Amino acid sequence: MLKTLKNRFEQGYRTSRYPKEKIKLLSRYRGLPKINQNAPADLVLQCADACPQKAIDSKHKMIDMGLCVFCGTCERLSEGSFVSFSGNFELAVSMKEHLLTGGDLPSLSRHSRQNFKALFGRSLQLRQVSAAGCNACEADLNVLATPFFDLARFGINFVASPRHADAIVVTGPISRNMKTALLKTYEAVPSPKVVIAAGSCSLSGGPFCGSPEVSPGLDSLIPVDLFIPGCPPHPLTYLHALLTYFK
Amino acid sequence: MKTVFKQIANGKAIALDIIPHLAFDTFAQEVIAIVKQGGKVVHYFAYADDGKVKLMAVLRTDALLLAAGCDAPETYPAFSAQCEPFHLFEREMAEQFGIRPEGHPWLKMVRYHANSRGLSDVFGNDYSQDIPGNYDYYAVEGPEIHEVAVGPVHAGVIEPGHFRFNCIGERVLHLEIQLGYQHRGVEDLMCNADFKRLPVITEGIAGDTAIGNSLCMAQAFEGLADIRPDAGAGIIRTIALELERIANHLGDLGALSGDVAFLPAANYFGRMRGDFLNMSLLLCGNRFGKGLVRPGGVCFPMTDDDRKNLTERIKELKPQVEHVIDLLFSTLSVLSRFENCGTVSRINSEKLGLVGPAARACGISYDARRSFPTEHYRLLDIAENVELTGDVYARAKMRAHEVLQAISIIESLLKDPVQTECVVSGSFNPAPSSFVVTINEAWRGELSHCVLTDAAGKILRYKIKDPSFHNWNGLAMALRDTGISDFPLNNKSFNLSYCGFDL
Repeated sequence: MLKTLKNRFEQGYRTSRYPKEKIKLLSRYRGLPKINQNAPADLVLQCADACPQKAIDSKHKMIDMGLCVFCGTCERLSEGSFVSFSGNFELAVSMKEHLLTGGDLPSLSRHSRQNFKALFGRSLQLRQVSAAGCNACEADLNVLATPFFDLARFGINFVASPRHADAIVVTGPISRNMKTALLKTYEAVPSPKVVIAAGSCSLSGGPFCGSPEVSPGLDSLIPVDLFIPGCPPHPLTYLHALLTYFK
Repeated sequence: MKTVFKQIANGKAIALDIIPHLAFDTFAQEVIAIVKQGGKVVHYFAYADDGKVKLMAVLRTDALLLAAGCDAPETYPAFSAQCEPFHLFEREMAEQFGIRPEGHPWLKMVRYHANSRGLSDVFGNDYSQDIPGNYDYYAVEGPEIHEVAVGPVHAGVIEPGHFRFNCIGERVLHLEIQLGYQHRGVEDLMCNADFKRLPVITEGIAGDTAIGNSLCMAQAFEGLADIRPDAGAGIIRTIALELERIANHLGDLGALSGDVAFLPAANYFGRMRGDFLNMSLLLCGNRFGKGLVRPGGVCFPMTDDDRKNLTERIKELKPQVEHVIDLLFSTLSVLSRFENCGTVSRINSEKLGLVGPAARACGISYDARRSFPTEHYRLLDIAENVELTGDVYARAKMRAHEVLQAISIIESLLKDPVQTECVVSGSFNPAPSSFVVTINEAWRGELSHCVLTDAAGKILRYKIKDPSFHNWNGLAMALRDTGISDFPLNNKSFNLSYCGFDL
């Protein structure tokens, strides 16, 4: 008992005050890309060519955050003079075309569906479906339950049954062998329901795009309401998305 | 050991034709003889070369790595019938290449996909149908027997897989585990994709083992392209692999605490795990170490400020970690659930070929960091760590030992300045007609990649073996004669990879 108390004292109070207080992530974190529209064309082409995910639209000088895995190759190659990744972790969008960005994102809160806010603003129950996710997206969704993020204080919980859920959060590139299970879970969620695609795999197939065993993104199977980029998205990216879209 | 197999070195590429190409009968005799004398299977796979299908075996002892190949027969008497460790390898080969091991004790599909040669399916499946196809799960019959089927979609935030328990009352007679739901075709993708994509694909093989897999991939291409990363890169990679080990083990200790309803430790471990993930973020901008390792070195330096920052973080966390571990293992309600739960005997562990902490919990001391050291491990003295009881307690205790050991490794590596020439994009040109195998001790155990190139320097075969490939059957064995309510506890004590297995 004494040990339990001693440890409790040593651990202290750890819950973050986000969103009331801003959080600054460590400097190497790669969030929303900043793009220099004046970068020389040959440098842009060089970056587009080196991008492992073919995420750079060299003509319009834009990055597709659905494909991007935030590996930082373009930033290193251009030494920040074409692309530099900012510390801004607020990356989620509600329309797929908004994933293609020149460095700005439309306000997520204004693109939310108002009935979702009314229905789920005070209580939101999520059912997670990993459909061939590599366990990084899943792991950083899981940490939302740890003391620092403490998702439950916002009335948001992960539940075991789709019947109890308002929304499904899908991770992974949706393998052939998971497709039916995913669709069945989707059908089992009572309407009105929300579909959240989390991580570059569920947005585009991510690192596995082009494999005949995976899909080119969740929206090719079911309508998606919220797109959360990242490989994996930072837990704060998830938290921002959920709080902004539903609150 | 006297053998016709070729002795090879971890991470050192050799010409493919140096590896003995034996007659099938000699090959079969020899692999079985080596494994029966205590050798272990690292790889046993098929590949197509110039229209011909061939087999390759990579075996090891605690000190030697051996390789040999042969032409593949269409059918052959299963090695598994007399030598258990080949069990899953033969099933995988049947699925990937349609080669039938006759008399295999349990020939069922592994990941549920058609074979690459368009041959009639060994398992008689029609892959337009959903998994598990025409397979009837193992059934136990009797008046009081019941079955519990779980998954592929589980109750928590966790990867998919199907578990089927045959029970009598609360007692599990047998647990059948069917995976394959996560199959993304990674091995084929590694052969067909542009080289620039390979590091990113590798980091997604299993996100919780991003560093482990990246190291295996990078070392393979460094071997094949004769690139030598500098000593600083070796140190940073070693630190990254140990951080990955700590974060995962702490997370699992937290999950184990949660499963026995000891919530203080569950929360503390969960939070401290996050602090270690943040150290990976500090190193490379990603909590899982994605983007750090590329063939040729690492993409981010370790500045003196980084070193100081990491050292301070570890200084603050180390006593907290020690205290919570002490709290966990001195709480009687925890011990009463951990001890004698889900025991795997040493004999079974040997037959199943278990690796990593799960094997060390049964007294098998093998640790690739000592036997086949890579990176900075060559210069480290990694102490032997074993537990003997083979139960949940031993597996949990192993995790705790390894966390503390990893913390002291990192502390020692942070003492001196680290200099490295950072890699920008990490391009490479593998040597033609070559072979390399790389082994690293990832947090779940021996992780290995094996790469073969063709005459043009293209990738002919990319074989990946996650430690979970060995260990899933360990979980099934642990559940025998165990209460079904202890499944979550046992599952977390192993915490095996679904996607690393399914590829």
